[in-house]
Amino acid sequence: MTTTVAETEEGTAGPYALSHLDSLESEAVHIFREVAGEFENPVILFSGGKDSIVMLHLALKAFAPSPVPFSLLHVDTGHNFPEVLEYRDRVVDAHGLRLHVASVQDYIDRGVLRERPDGTRNPLQTLPLTEKIQSEKFDAVFGGGRRDEEKARAKERVFSLRDEFSQWDPRRQRPELWNLYNGRHAPGEHVRVFPLSNWTELDVWQYIAREGIELPEIYFAHDREVFRRGGMWLTAGEWGGPKDGESVEKRLVRYRTVGDMSCTGAVDSDAVTLDDVIAEIAASRLTERGATRADDKMSEAAMEDRKREGYF
Amino acid sequence: MSTITSEELSATTLLRFATAGSVDDGKSTLVGRLLHDSKSILTDQLEAVERVSASRGQETPDLALLTDGLRAEREQGITIDVAYRYFATLRRRFILADTPGHVQYTRNMVTGASTAELTVILVDARNGVVEQTRRHAAIAALLRVPHVVLAVNKMDLVEYRESVFAAIAEEFTAYAGELGVPEVTAIPISALAGDNVVDPSAHMDWYGGPTFLEHLETVPVSHDLAHCHARLPVQYVIRPQTAEHPDYRGYAGQIAAGTFHVGEAVTVLPSGRTSTISGIDLLGEPVDTAWTTQSVTVLLADDIDVSRGDLIVPTKDAPATTQDVEATVCHVADQPLTVGHRVLIKHGTRTVKAIVKDIPSRLTLDDLSLHPHPGQLVANDIGRVKIRTAEPLPVDSYADSRRTGSFILIDPADGTTLTAGMVGESFASPEPVKNKSDDDGWDF
Repeated sequence: MTTTVAETEEGTAGPYALSHLDSLESEAVHIFREVAGEFENPVILFSGGKDSIVMLHLALKAFAPSPVPFSLLHVDTGHNFPEVLEYRDRVVDAHGLRLHVASVQDYIDRGVLRERPDGTRNPLQTLPLTEKIQSEKFDAVFGGGRRDEEKARAKERVFSLRDEFSQWDPRRQRPELWNLYNGRHAPGEHVRVFPLSNWTELDVWQYIAREGIELPEIYFAHDREVFRRGGMWLTAGEWGGPKDGESVEKRLVRYRTVGDMSCTGAVDSDAVTLDDVIAEIAASRLTERGATRADDKMSEAAMEDRKREGYF
Repeated sequence: MSTITSEELSATTLLRFATAGSVDDGKSTLVGRLLHDSKSILTDQLEAVERVSASRGQETPDLALLTDGLRAEREQGITIDVAYRYFATLRRRFILADTPGHVQYTRNMVTGASTAELTVILVDARNGVVEQTRRHAAIAALLRVPHVVLAVNKMDLVEYRESVFAAIAEEFTAYAGELGVPEVTAIPISALAGDNVVDPSAHMDWYGGPTFLEHLETVPVSHDLAHCHARLPVQYVIRPQTAEHPDYRGYAGQIAAGTFHVGEAVTVLPSGRTSTISGIDLLGEPVDTAWTTQSVTVLLADDIDVSRGDLIVPTKDAPATTQDVEATVCHVADQPLTVGHRVLIKHGTRTVKAIVKDIPSRLTLDDLSLHPHPGQLVANDIGRVKIRTAEPLPVDSYADSRRTGSFILIDPADGTTLTAGMVGESFASPEPVKNKSDDDGWDF
């Protein structure tokens, strides 16, 4: 027995209902335009990974036929995949964009940051990022973070205020009501903006397929020299792998995320097309971070702790 | 799942819904079961929960750990804030605003409900409609969430009796009807045992309606908004000034309500200048018609002054502009809102200075009674407010448009979001709506 005051009509979409991808796209474009309208000096964090590639694609559509009114910022760990750096530079050239680079290697060479015993450079990105934000006076910083990635991120706002130390305080977040985003901030503070907040990994892949967006080839299955560490297939490289006792083998793999080579694992896969990838993701029983990120496994609150310090 | 094609996945629609939280009503179990049975909890997430639960000496995995994401929440065993969760079925994608049921319930529920097209109100079948249920119904009515689901939970604890369910459904539907809730769907469930959540119950033959998930999958979304008064808040002016597009001047924004057509006569508010739509670009592609909630760029036939903060509307259907806004508000900040408070009001894409002229009443949600002239509103209070704005605003009634009838108040000193506002009458009344100029007629 269903008690209804007004009859529910059967069937889902009326003629004006948007598909879920159109709905997410429209919302993300709205967010980009709000930032363009309200901030002086925004920047898009661009790693050459699929989320930042989708962000750039959305920004291009949001301001067409004008160029994107933002510059890009890449935090270069020094251990990036060469295929991704090549892609990054090609995209920047193709769209006539300005790219800022914050280099972890620079900080290590100057003795400001010290290499960690485990060799991962992901946590070392925070200082170069936050110092670059301060020195360039960026007041809005777009990140590709999605709330489905991790439970601390599920609590993240679309507009997330950071203090002059770039810190995130999850207990002092502004409620976000309707689509009325509040970007007010004091000098020295900035706002992290997450236009893909409501997207899932599958949404991102479906959107890439629908829009025909080009990606770095390491997202698709290829033969690669890898070795096993911490339950993941890591790529061999100058960054410090493999160590004694770890043996390299050639496997058919692809990447679900792109990050620092020391902590981003490849997954066994024979997915060579976007449809293959989508079918694989839809069937996967692991989250992308669980499958491929060593640093999120360090502690129960690893992501929250890094975000509090200013990580994206 | 592995047999789905990308076409099938792309054709789905998106439903944003919110849960109305209260303690011990089984909300976590329901959310957990939805996520679990729709296969949205993945192995590594479940393993992490099992690992932490085991290290605390708990025998069964504590599913609340899936949703309590912050260190302080896990330490204190409480949920601090709204979290957003995502799951999908073959028919639809879902964004769930998971609102906690603790002290700050009002502002959290208001936050979750502001973007929701459906609210789930859980009731314990043993307790029936309680004060908390009425409070949840009142907020859903206040926020004008189009669909309300009454999930009568723990049916297993009342021997799955139809009479128990029917009495609760009847009482709730009558109460919600008085508040003007347009639609209530009541579903008897047991979140723990899984009855009527995803799979039909074997214990309730007398129930012929959809399961909870089926209802979520089939309830209509945003279909009515396209027929509302058309409204386009201008976010940004796109002027490439390139050799290829020397004269392009487009007004970008997300359509807040209604439908716009090329050739339509439009008025730009607050200036009142008029023109005709000469083109609509839908993210780079020209179209003849666009509707809510598409993000578009509109081109006008005449070179008139239009900038961020303006509202483009059909000339035949323009709202009045006013500097005196009367609204129902929910105060969301820790610092109080007082008469004389100087604030900023963000309405659509426009932010202007304003002053709180009067707070005529505060609403007691439990019994919907009014407390006259409370002097101030503190966190989680709902009340009536009169605001004088420094510039005229084209506001709609929230009853007509959730987007152009809503606003937020911002503290100009530190940028805090103070208050969520809804213009005009708050609850649909069975009696005729009172004249707005009648100052004593605050009709909640």
